[in-house]
Amino acid sequence: MTVRVTRATRTSSVGIALVAVALIALIAAPYWAGREGMRLLIEVFVYLVLASNWNLLAGYAGLVSVGQQAFVGLGGYVLFALATLGGVPPLLCIPLAGVAAAVVAIPVAAITFRLRGAYFAIGSWVVAEVFRLVASQISILGGGSGTSLPAFIVTGMAHSRQAREFLVYWVALGLTVVILGLIVALLRSRHGLALTAMRDNEVAARSNGIDVQRTKLLVFIFTAACTAMAGSLIFLQRLRITPDSAFSVNDWTALVIFITVIGGIGRFEGPFVGIVVFFVLRETLSDLGSIYLMILGAIAILVMLKAPRGLWGFLAERTDAQVLPLQRRVRGLLR
Amino acid sequence: MTWVNTIAQGILVGGLYAMFAAGLSLIFGVMKLVNIAHGDLIVLAAYVAVVVTDTLGLNPIFSLVFVVPIMAAVGYLLQRGLLNRTLGDDILPPLLVTFGLSVILQNGLLELFSADSRRLQAGALEVASIKLADGLTLGVLPLIQFGLAVLVIAGLHWLFYHTRLGRAFRAVSDDPRVAQLMGLDNRHVFGLAMALSLAIVAVAGVFLAVRTNFDPSTGPARLIFGFEAVIIGGLSSLWGTLLGGILLGVVQAIGAEIDPGWQVLAGHIAFLVVLAIRPQGLLARAR
Repeated sequence: MTVRVTRATRTSSVGIALVAVALIALIAAPYWAGREGMRLLIEVFVYLVLASNWNLLAGYAGLVSVGQQAFVGLGGYVLFALATLGGVPPLLCIPLAGVAAAVVAIPVAAITFRLRGAYFAIGSWVVAEVFRLVASQISILGGGSGTSLPAFIVTGMAHSRQAREFLVYWVALGLTVVILGLIVALLRSRHGLALTAMRDNEVAARSNGIDVQRTKLLVFIFTAACTAMAGSLIFLQRLRITPDSAFSVNDWTALVIFITVIGGIGRFEGPFVGIVVFFVLRETLSDLGSIYLMILGAIAILVMLKAPRGLWGFLAERTDAQVLPLQRRVRGLLR
Repeated sequence: MTWVNTIAQGILVGGLYAMFAAGLSLIFGVMKLVNIAHGDLIVLAAYVAVVVTDTLGLNPIFSLVFVVPIMAAVGYLLQRGLLNRTLGDDILPPLLVTFGLSVILQNGLLELFSADSRRLQAGALEVASIKLADGLTLGVLPLIQFGLAVLVIAGLHWLFYHTRLGRAFRAVSDDPRVAQLMGLDNRHVFGLAMALSLAIVAVAGVFLAVRTNFDPSTGPARLIFGFEAVIIGGLSSLWGTLLGGILLGVVQAIGAEIDPGWQVLAGHIAFLVVLAIRPQGLLARAR
């Protein structure tokens, strides 16, 4: 009897084909989507990156952070600081922001990892507040009222406005594909197996020889870097930054958590489903203002209580579907 | 002398922070639930006090007679109707449900009361003060608030160790299954714990409303102050929360004296320093 471990299934083969078609359409988006369409797509990409990273952090590594806005804001501020004070080309600032966040994440983890579970959540929030308050003390970057990216830096990026918008769009798409690709590669690697084991049962994972603390630390550093790169992209598109917008718990954490929970926490496909629900609701209900956020919060509570694995989890458990070949299946044991 | 005065004012504010912390710590102690909406519930209590004082024309201090039972009822119903369903081995559901609740409360208050900041007027009481020495004057209202905070902590201590209800709280905290076998209805006990927590929140909310301006978005900061007081003082210690609140108040007051922008930041830094060098808190019980 031979035992094989396979990942691919029929749905995942169809899934890969669909992903490839979607990717080609997205690469060509500047030629069919228009200026507003591109702006919306960049926002979708950014939220997809933020939600996928939060999903990795909370859904797999069990680190339920409500302070990831610390790294979004850090990424934005590193971009503005390097571009305006250091004269670094803005696009080069994006990977540098990732490196900076990875370095900053180490001492942050050293302190906040002393807190367990829900206390870690609020501890990470305190760190984000410290970052916000420190940013508003930096007078050379505008202090509490923030600063704008000087025009010569913006115009220096490309020869025309259209060329610049195309460039920022493709950089956003490229960054999203690279980050999501890294997450897929991580989940398919042996570290991914360790993460999945930790997601399902931390004690059992530890007893099987997984260094849970070390894996958590690596995931924390990885997601900090990715979150910061998404942050620098957000503020490169906005061209203006303030401490309140950069370190907003509502924009960069509450919405991200709702997207992940509604879509399905602890599954790679979850944030994608959540993104669709989020943007459909937002584009149809945004006139309602704050009532819209109440509806989103209520849906998230309802999903958490009635379908804790989210819409995708609800579907996948009943149909055994997966879009990307991530789950490991042992074949040849029983049948 | 200004420093003595600064520290004295900080100690009195610390009483308010201890009240934020006591409700949070009580809930965690009894059912291991960290209520992310705690700060927004404090602000909700402040708005309930606004409605009560506006309709009845009472002094805010006397509005406590209404605000405390209203918030206690809200707590009991919230626990029985929603939060009991989230309790279990998984930490995610209570965290995410209270986080969702926090967003709903903030935006609900925004719809009802707008983003304008409000404040309650306590009349002559607000400006009354006692002069202890040159440059050291204590307000009567902060003194009442500090005295109430000490009473709340002492009362909780007495309730936990000298009453049937306290015994039930400790029993469900130690082992909910065995407590149930001994005839306790856990769902009801949890409901009572949340009612008690929100009764304390009501007192804190009214004093917050008299002391400072507030608006629907100010809840999370109150949650963070309460949380910092809990961690600084020591997770499982009631008197620790009072000490933690006082320390936080003093550090914030000293920070503000140096530079107004440093008030809140100084408190956060003190919290992180305690976490780095004594993560179990200052008055933690030995395990």
